[in-house]
Amino acid sequence: MLDLKQDFFTLFGLEPVFAIDMERLEQAYLDIQGKVHPDRFAHLPDVEKRLSMQWATHANEAFRTLKSPLSRGHYLLEMRGVDPAFDTNTAMSAEFLMEQMEWREALGEAQDAADEDALEDLARRIRHSSKTLVDELGRQLDVAGDLEGAADTVRRMKFLEKLQHEINDALTALES
Amino acid sequence: MALLQISEPGMSTAPHQHRLAVGIDLGTTNSLVATVRNGVSLCLQDEDGKALLPSIVHYLPDGQIVVGRKAQATQAVDPRNTIISVKRFMGRGLKDVSHVETMPYDFVDTEGMVRLRTVQGVKSPVEVSAEILKELRLRAERSLGDELTGAVITVPAYFDDAQRQATKDAARLAGLNVLRLLNEPTAAAIAYGLENASEGVYAVYDLGGGTFDISILRLSRGVFEVVATSGDAALGGDDFDHRVFCWILDNAGISLPSDRDSRRMLMKAREVKERLSLDESAPVRMTLDSGDEIDLVIERQVFVDITRPLVEKTLRPLKKALRDAGLEASDVKGVVMVGGATRMPHVQQAVGEFFGQTPLTNLDPDTVVAIGAAMQANVLAGNRAAEEEWLLLDVIPLSLGIETMGGLVEKIIPRNSTIPTARAQEFTTFKDGQTAMSFHVVQGERELVADCRSLARFELRGIPPMVAGAARIRVTFQVDADGLLSVSAREVSTGVEARVEVKPSYGLADDEIADMLKAGFEHAQQDMERRALKEQQVEAERVIEATEQALAVDASLLDDAERAALDAAIAALRSAAQGQDSRAIKIQLEAFNRASNEFASRRMDKSIRQALTGHKIDEIRI
Repeated sequence: MLDLKQDFFTLFGLEPVFAIDMERLEQAYLDIQGKVHPDRFAHLPDVEKRLSMQWATHANEAFRTLKSPLSRGHYLLEMRGVDPAFDTNTAMSAEFLMEQMEWREALGEAQDAADEDALEDLARRIRHSSKTLVDELGRQLDVAGDLEGAADTVRRMKFLEKLQHEINDALTALES
Repeated sequence: MALLQISEPGMSTAPHQHRLAVGIDLGTTNSLVATVRNGVSLCLQDEDGKALLPSIVHYLPDGQIVVGRKAQATQAVDPRNTIISVKRFMGRGLKDVSHVETMPYDFVDTEGMVRLRTVQGVKSPVEVSAEILKELRLRAERSLGDELTGAVITVPAYFDDAQRQATKDAARLAGLNVLRLLNEPTAAAIAYGLENASEGVYAVYDLGGGTFDISILRLSRGVFEVVATSGDAALGGDDFDHRVFCWILDNAGISLPSDRDSRRMLMKAREVKERLSLDESAPVRMTLDSGDEIDLVIERQVFVDITRPLVEKTLRPLKKALRDAGLEASDVKGVVMVGGATRMPHVQQAVGEFFGQTPLTNLDPDTVVAIGAAMQANVLAGNRAAEEEWLLLDVIPLSLGIETMGGLVEKIIPRNSTIPTARAQEFTTFKDGQTAMSFHVVQGERELVADCRSLARFELRGIPPMVAGAARIRVTFQVDADGLLSVSAREVSTGVEARVEVKPSYGLADDEIADMLKAGFEHAQQDMERRALKEQQVEAERVIEATEQALAVDASLLDDAERAALDAAIAALRSAAQGQDSRAIKIQLEAFNRASNEFASRRMDKSIRQALTGHKIDEIRI
């Protein structure tokens, strides 16, 4: 019997690997939402409405987790018993930290100068860097089985995601 | 010889009674009700053939309440008791409302939601809105000839939790069963998308009387997916009127108009605004209470200049929504214009320039939301066969979070999360032996609590005493398909389900609503009971019908003993429903829910499995 505790890959009928077929993921998600979404149960008894909300919530959570490379990588690590420990483990290579500092400085300067182009340019550089990390994570998880390395990559991606958010917030602040 | 009845292809083989469901656009300036009849969605009209109901409520000294066009006609005579644009007050405190100084009302500045003192006593915006909804419910029942099964009520996509809850409360007060709160731009997208068989990324620009929404949707066959939404819940056509109003004051050299003059000038401002969408200039002529004459002419260019900042204000949320969606303006295939205020040529021009394409204006911007809501209501009422239904995936507009140390916000559910959604966060105690914790739930994007909307405060009691930091309090936020939040909390290490008391910051407490409901009935007690009985009977009937239909398809999921137990529960419920005791029916309904839970779970399970193998089955059929 299916239950809400099964892993997200199984829910969508996918192999638990990093390199998933995004189209298949999306199609499976829509197929399941098509069956469980609360709009299908609005005229039915409360028992079914409640079940529908639980399942639709679960499907949304599962889709959200598998769609983004960062959360998918994180989730796979957890399935394999590795905790990337964002809060406690901050050991990073000197090179990565230098790059981080440089970017943060660039962000601060662009913010102070209210320079929209500089912010957009920084966002582009970070997107590029993230893409490289995604490729690396795929290799580490699916090919090399290097879980320690993968955890390190996930931590780096988390840093970049945070920076990306800050740039977006700065851009929004500039417009208002 | 008996003829066998053969159903049309595409029709359900077991046709049930068509359930009467409506879509209601509860607007700042005008409201509408629409329904689907014979497969066509149409707005229902009043006796005079008018579909638009002005959202105006007049409280008279003799206890009468007049709603709509008649209230509009007399609004300048009794402005204090004639409430316009009440939507702007929903779920809002007095300090949140702009231009209060020019409003003729007697505001009661209580904690929480603003109230208005009228000749019929103090009224909450929820009660005023309920009068508008009641008028539309009666119109629909007269027109359709029976009581309604349910209604879809539209809300601005950018409405926060307090504003949504206030709207749902108003519907409850008006005696409506709310099938769903639906975001206005999403409703418009349904109407537009189905009519034009659209595919791709679309933007809906919805500038109403008092609210502005922008939603970015991905439309594909049978799926409407909102990718991002943004807006301004206090920006609309009213603000354009207000700019003209100020222009009239300035140019006529008036500083402090009387309440009556003020209301008439505001009406004149609106008339002038509408005229300037068609003409190059408009006259402003009126006689004041004092006998003084105003005789001015306003040019379109002047109007465009004084309202330009408002149009520009709509472009910011537009950029934000696109950024959240990870899209560029050029990715948008079409821009659907919704709301009466989008008739203004300079609004259309600004939107056109932003997207680099002419916006789509082939739908009536006043009715498209109600039409889409009616289509969705028809689906939610179960009037369409499952295979003809579309899937609607909407999002929450603003992040939800909790106050932490130092007045900072810990975001728990980020904006633009697809609903329904749930997220949990763990908190711990600060002191040894601490048995209670208080939480402050907020909504918004800013880091400081003071810059976000306060939604509710709740307290958790009964935490087992432990050393500081040992307790693990798991707080779960659940947002349902209406975009409404509920919060639960439990101590994880001991499993103690702590008691949660929620005090809404800008909402009505449950007992307040119960009091308002009671006040609405003349013979309070008797009427309340009659209504409760009717509601329980309808619910029992609905539950039995749905279960019997389910059994007809999926009886094989139960063994003999389980089937017998479920049949017994149905029989017990049926017999209770024939009686006159609403509490007895309620008890049987609860017992039935427990008895049918397992069956419902197995059916859900089966349908998910089918979903995942569905493509293969289709292939076999071919």
